[in-house]
Amino acid sequence: MTNKAKLHIVESAAKYIFTFCAVLAVFAVCSITVYMIAKGTPAFKNVGVSELLFGTLWKPTAAEPSFGIQYIILSSIVGTAASVLLGVPIGLFTAVFLTEVSGKRLAAVVQPAIELLAAIPSVIYGLLGLMLLNPLMYKLERILFAGSETHQFTGGANMISAVLVLAIMILPTVVNVSASSIRAVSKELRAASMALGASKMQTIFKVTVPAAKSGIMTGVVLGIGRALGEAMAINMVAGGSVNLPLPFNSVRFLTTQLVSEMGYAEGIHRQVLFSVGLVLYVFIMVINLLLLKLRKEAVENEA
Amino acid sequence: MKHNNGSRLSGKWRISDMILYVLIGLCAAFAVLLLVSIIVYVLMRGIGSVNWQFLTTVTSVRKGTVGIAGNIVNTVMIVILTMFIATPVGVGAAIYLNEYAKPGKAVRIIEFATETLSGIPSIIFGLFGRIFFGETLGLGYSLLTGALTLILMVLPLITRNTQEALKTVPNSYRHGAVGLGAGKWYTIRTILLPSSMPGIITGVILAIGRIVGESAALLFTAGSGKALPKTFVAIFPKIFQSGGTMTINLYLSATSEGDFDTAFGSAVVLLVLVFLINLVTKRLAAKYDTQRAKQLPCLHG
Repeated sequence: MTNKAKLHIVESAAKYIFTFCAVLAVFAVCSITVYMIAKGTPAFKNVGVSELLFGTLWKPTAAEPSFGIQYIILSSIVGTAASVLLGVPIGLFTAVFLTEVSGKRLAAVVQPAIELLAAIPSVIYGLLGLMLLNPLMYKLERILFAGSETHQFTGGANMISAVLVLAIMILPTVVNVSASSIRAVSKELRAASMALGASKMQTIFKVTVPAAKSGIMTGVVLGIGRALGEAMAINMVAGGSVNLPLPFNSVRFLTTQLVSEMGYAEGIHRQVLFSVGLVLYVFIMVINLLLLKLRKEAVENEA
Repeated sequence: MKHNNGSRLSGKWRISDMILYVLIGLCAAFAVLLLVSIIVYVLMRGIGSVNWQFLTTVTSVRKGTVGIAGNIVNTVMIVILTMFIATPVGVGAAIYLNEYAKPGKAVRIIEFATETLSGIPSIIFGLFGRIFFGETLGLGYSLLTGALTLILMVLPLITRNTQEALKTVPNSYRHGAVGLGAGKWYTIRTILLPSSMPGIITGVILAIGRIVGESAALLFTAGSGKALPKTFVAIFPKIFQSGGTMTINLYLSATSEGDFDTAFGSAVVLLVLVFLINLVTKRLAAKYDTQRAKQLPCLHG
C-alpha cells in the first residue's frame, strides 16, 4: 500500500469515528425515550389510565392493591412551583446585586459563594435539611396542630422542608443564568434610562431586567427542571407518605417515589413505578422543548 | 457606597428605591451566609469523625472500626471507568460538530440531543441504567453498570466544554496547517487538540465533580457495596460487583442506618473534594482566559 492510500484510510477512519461519537448522544436520547415508553406504558393498560393518573389511593402491596398516583403528580407540581416562587425572586435579586449594585470586591465574595453552593452534592443538602429543617418544622407543627385530632404528625418531614431545600438548590442556576443575561444588556440602554432621570432602581427593574427577560426566563425554566428532577435531597426531608400536597403533610414526589420503592417493587407495582418515571420524563421533555424555544428567541433577539 | 443615582439630583431618596436596595443586599447576603453556615455546620458535626482510620478502613463491628475506605475506592473506580470512555467519546463528538459537520439538520439534531441529555434528571438515568445496563445487558448492580450510566450523564458536559475550546482556536491555525499540506486528522491531532487542551481538561474536571456528587443515578445501578479489595489485583473483578460511592454511603448512613457520625464525616470529605475540584477548574479557566486574550490579536492579524 502506498503512503498516500494509508493516509487516506486514516483520514476517513478518523472521520467515521468522530461521527460515531457525535451520533452516540442522539442514540442515547432515543434509547432512553424508547425504554421509558416501553417500560412505562404497560401499567397504563393493566391498571387503567384514569385509575393510575387520577386515583388517589396508593396501596401497592395491599391484598387488593391500588395504584393511584394523582397525589404524587400533584406534590411534584406544587413542590416545584412553590420552590420556584421562593427561589426565583431571591436568585434574581442576587443576580441584580452581582451585576448592577455591588462593586468588584463584594461581587468577588458573592460569585464564588454561588458557585460553591452549586457544587455541594444533593445528599449534603438532604442531610442538612434532615438535621436542621425537620426538627424546626416539628416544633412548628406541634404548636400549630396542638390538640388537633385529624392531623397526622410527621416529625417535621413535610412539604415545607422539601420546598425550602429545593428553593436553595435551584438558587445557583437562577443566579448564574440571570446574571449573565443581565450582563449582556447594552450599556447605552442603562445610560439612556438614567439620562431621562430614572433612578438606579427604576433603571434596573423597568429597563435592564425587562431587556434581559428571555435569559432570565431560561434561568427560571432551568430551575423548574432542576427542582422537578431532584430526588435524593428531598427524599431525605419530605417524609414519604402519599398525601395531598399540603404544607405540613408528609409527601411523595415523582422522583422520591422512584428512589424509595424501586429497590424492592415487583410485578405491577414495578410497572407502575416505570409509569411514574414516564410521567416525570414527559414533564422534563416539555421543559426541554420550552428551553429550546426560549434559546431560539434569545438568539433572534440578539440578531 | 457612591452611586450614580438619578433621584439624588432632585435631592430626595425614593422610599421604594431604598426598600429595593435593602432587599437586593439581603438576598446576596443570604446566599453567602447560607454557604458559610453550611460549611461551618458540616465541619462542626463531621470533623471529629474524620481521621486516618476513617479514611483507610471499612466499617466493621468485629474489628471495631468505622471507615469509608471502601466507598472512597468505589468512587475513584467509578470516576476512572466513566471518564475512560466518556472523555474520548465526548471530545470526539465535539470534534465532529466543530471540525467536520456542515451546519444543517444533522448538527441541529445532534446538538438538540446533547442539550436534552444534559436536561434529563439523574434519577431517570438511574432508572434507564437499571433496566438497560443492569437487566437487559445483565450487568446487575455493579460499578460497571454505574459507570456506563454516568457516561451518558457527563457526555454533554465534556462535549460542550471541548466545543467551546475548539471555537476559540483561531481559524488561521487550521488554514496554516492545511496550507502546509497536513490532513484534517493530522491537524486535529497536532494543532487543534493541544491548543484546546485547557478547555478539555476543564470539562473533564467538571465531569469528575459531577460524578463525585452524584447519587440518584447510582443508587439502582452501582448499588451500595462497601467491601475494600484486599489486594491490588482484586480491584479488577470488583468492576462487576456492587459498590456504593461516598454519596450513596452518606445517604444510607443518614437514612436507613441512622449513623450520623459517618454521614457527617463523609459530608466533610465530600465538601473538601468538591471545593478542591471547583478551585482547580477556576484556576484552569483563568489560565485559559489569559491564553485566549493573548491569542486574540491573531484572530484579526
